[in-house]
Amino acid sequence: MAKVKKGVRLEHISKIYQDPKTGKEFYAVKDTSLVIEPGSFVTLLGPSGCGKTTTLRMIAGFESPDEGEIYLGDEPINELTPNKRDTAMVFQSYALLPHYNVFDNVAYGLKLRKVPAAEIKERVMKILDLVELTGMEGRMTNQLSGGQQQRVALARALVIEPSVLLFDEPLSNLDAKLRVTMRTEIRRIQQEVGITAIYVTHDQSEAMALSDNIIIMSKGVVAQMGTPQEIYYHPVNEFVADFIGEANFLKGPMTGKDGKFVTLNIEGNPLKVEGRDDMEKGREYTVVLRPEAATLADQGGLPCRVVLSCFMGSYQNYHVMVGDTLVKLEEHNPKNKHIYQVGDTCCLVFDPASVHVL
Amino acid sequence: MARGQGAALDRKKLMADPIMVTTIVVLITFLTLFILYPLAILLVDSFVGDGSFGFSIFKRIFAMPSFTRAITNTLKVGFLVGILSALIGLLFAYVEVYVRMHRIVGGLFKVVSMLPVVSPPFVLSLSMIMLFGKAGIITRFLLGIYDNNVYGFWGIVVVQTLTFFPVCYMMLKGLLKNIDPSLEEAARDMGAGRWKVFADVTLPLMLPGLGNAFLVTFIESIADFANPMLIGGSYDTLATTIYLQITGAYDKAGAAAMAVVLLCITLAMFAVQKYYLEAKTAATLTGKASRGRMLIEDRSVKIPLTIFCGIAAAFVIMMYICVPIGACFPTWGYKFFPLTGKWFSQVFTRYHGFKAFKDSFVLSLISAPITALLSMIISYLVVKRRFRAKGFIEAVSMLAMAVPGTVLGVGYIRGFSQGVFHTGFLQGIYGTGLILVIVFVVRSLPTGTRSGISALRQIDKSIEESAYDMGADSYRVFMTVTLPLIKDSFLSGLVTAFVRSITAISAIILLVTPSYLLITVQINEFAEKGSYSLACAFATILIAITYSAVLLMNLFIKRFGTSKSIKED
Repeated sequence: MAKVKKGVRLEHISKIYQDPKTGKEFYAVKDTSLVIEPGSFVTLLGPSGCGKTTTLRMIAGFESPDEGEIYLGDEPINELTPNKRDTAMVFQSYALLPHYNVFDNVAYGLKLRKVPAAEIKERVMKILDLVELTGMEGRMTNQLSGGQQQRVALARALVIEPSVLLFDEPLSNLDAKLRVTMRTEIRRIQQEVGITAIYVTHDQSEAMALSDNIIIMSKGVVAQMGTPQEIYYHPVNEFVADFIGEANFLKGPMTGKDGKFVTLNIEGNPLKVEGRDDMEKGREYTVVLRPEAATLADQGGLPCRVVLSCFMGSYQNYHVMVGDTLVKLEEHNPKNKHIYQVGDTCCLVFDPASVHVL
Repeated sequence: MARGQGAALDRKKLMADPIMVTTIVVLITFLTLFILYPLAILLVDSFVGDGSFGFSIFKRIFAMPSFTRAITNTLKVGFLVGILSALIGLLFAYVEVYVRMHRIVGGLFKVVSMLPVVSPPFVLSLSMIMLFGKAGIITRFLLGIYDNNVYGFWGIVVVQTLTFFPVCYMMLKGLLKNIDPSLEEAARDMGAGRWKVFADVTLPLMLPGLGNAFLVTFIESIADFANPMLIGGSYDTLATTIYLQITGAYDKAGAAAMAVVLLCITLAMFAVQKYYLEAKTAATLTGKASRGRMLIEDRSVKIPLTIFCGIAAAFVIMMYICVPIGACFPTWGYKFFPLTGKWFSQVFTRYHGFKAFKDSFVLSLISAPITALLSMIISYLVVKRRFRAKGFIEAVSMLAMAVPGTVLGVGYIRGFSQGVFHTGFLQGIYGTGLILVIVFVVRSLPTGTRSGISALRQIDKSIEESAYDMGADSYRVFMTVTLPLIKDSFLSGLVTAFVRSITAISAIILLVTPSYLLITVQINEFAEKGSYSLACAFATILIAITYSAVLLMNLFIKRFGTSKSIKED
């Protein structure tokens, strides 16, 4: 596409809603600033009610921000109605026009733009080819499977060559297998077209698989923005750590420092982990330990007691108590390893560099 | 927290859409001028009609024994009709949903539910008089009773009940179908007998719905003009009293005050029905039944219920059939054979039948598409858009539902005969066909809007948003997406508006001038004069017209209808 790629910039955006029951006003989105680079694939990830969909709908123009300004490229777009904005949205329910066939659905936006018929035909066919729906153009939308409807919705958004493509939980109505296939497809097509994409989801694996950057939102504010690796390995707080993947939290005061490693007192046991420069002796810190990063052994590490031991196929699932703290573990490829049983006492072992201190 | 910017932006976005803004402004003007203003002028008139502000007019009318009697009469009739209609409606609905019926009985039920839709509201009064009156076929010629008096309280009650119970039946049928059969099966399983299940499960679940049906009928009964007019005799209700006050006593201020009283009663009922019972009905019966219901096969239940309902349905149908047959008797009350077509030909040769049908037909044909389009636009705005005046538009178009035709008619006389606020502005429309068309539109608007709203609620909001997002403005979204998706509702709104208009009488009879002959007014006149055969001939042709309109609509929907495939699988 010959068009100049555009990014999206949100400057101190807020949206206030009224609770329909209590009549109280609350911030659905609060003082959010974001820069989304041209051509990148960014995911807004968070639990329901965190403000991600509201943010997306403000970018599309369906909601108006109560504070702040939204820019598309360098142009402020607050005052533009959705039909005047150079964005295209793929809806959760696909929102295909049920009285049109596939071709007419995809051609709808082009017809509104008064593109000559011959060119419409050419562009629609090209896009249908891209989403692998060639030959389906005469079908009515209710004759298509969920995945195919999803492709039509995507084609319809792509064909008008918008500057930004918006996705509102587009895969949540599909079954688990199809979801995985479609997300690979979406990523492939976005890469092929090179378009800026903003994607809303509450499914962390979807966010991981798709994104250049993930924005984690919670209660209307951005909790963290970064690449999938940054967010997984270096979460900024417990919410992010817990939301992305499974996380165990070990808490205790810092007792000593040795180069880049520090010692914490966890439930009465010294624990050596990789630290940060700004850490102070005596203060309480939280260590994030991913379930796959630790293992059980007869000695070394933190003493613990097994309270659950469960075979899951590809891994053995353990719950162990370190003092009063519950830690969940996944021992992968358990076939020839020693399996600890409930009630066994043993030790929790992990590489000091594979944990993250908050 | 300041929501100012968001609201300001929403406003700016709205203003960027001139067609939308114009539509809203036109709608607000129309609703204000033709619904709110006539009601407001009634209030003004009844408080200052004598020149000084105060309750003097109300004091005067409440001192009239005829008026206070009319109030009690109206309430008594409304109450009884409401109860009877709700109960008979429930019985019919129960039999249809729960009992395995013979095919013929099922067919009778369908006809019964269809008849009130296509017939003018007062046809049953006509046949009641012809069957059971002093010279009634059944009373005089079959039973030999010479002094049976059908006029008065019981006449109105019977006729209104027979007219309105099919509405209750259709309402309650929908609710019964929503009861999950497993609830009742669970009660059966615990050891409850069939009667116990009905009393402990079905009936409590239906109570709010029954209350709703009762109130809807109550309002209809109170607002009904033509039946009390024909069969009431000296038993006057509010609607007829108001009519007589204005046409007989020329007391316009008094009539206005009476109209205000009638309006207050219906508004109060409507408020209870709309905001209390409707919400409760929806709360107790949500969602669809999970699967089919085991129909009752038990003969001890099935046979009596089927026979009773079958006879009742057959009776109602016979009442309707009596109309075309009555139009064929040579001389009503003396000579029944040989059947003749002379009344039909007299309708056209002597009594300007052609003009009456043309006037009614043309005026209804003009108002139907206006009504249908307006109600779809209102539904679209109410369901799919957000703007400040939305609450006003929704409230006023719903308000019209609670306004009895007679009240509206008096309001129009007071409001437009000397122009808006007696200034002469818009006086030109008074006495013309235009005002008749406007009345038709206003009278049918609430029904159309209600069906439009429920049709639009079925459609996922994001379908329109996607069109908007693709670059369509409001006008294009409405024309290319909304309207095609609700075209069934639009079409049935069109036909309903046409049928309601061509069979309307209550408001129209106050506003029609000699330059327009309307069929319903003619029927009323001939029936009043005792020329039942002519009235029947007019009514027969009218029913033929409305029935063909409905048939045409069904044919259209079957052929071009899409809503089934649209309703999200």
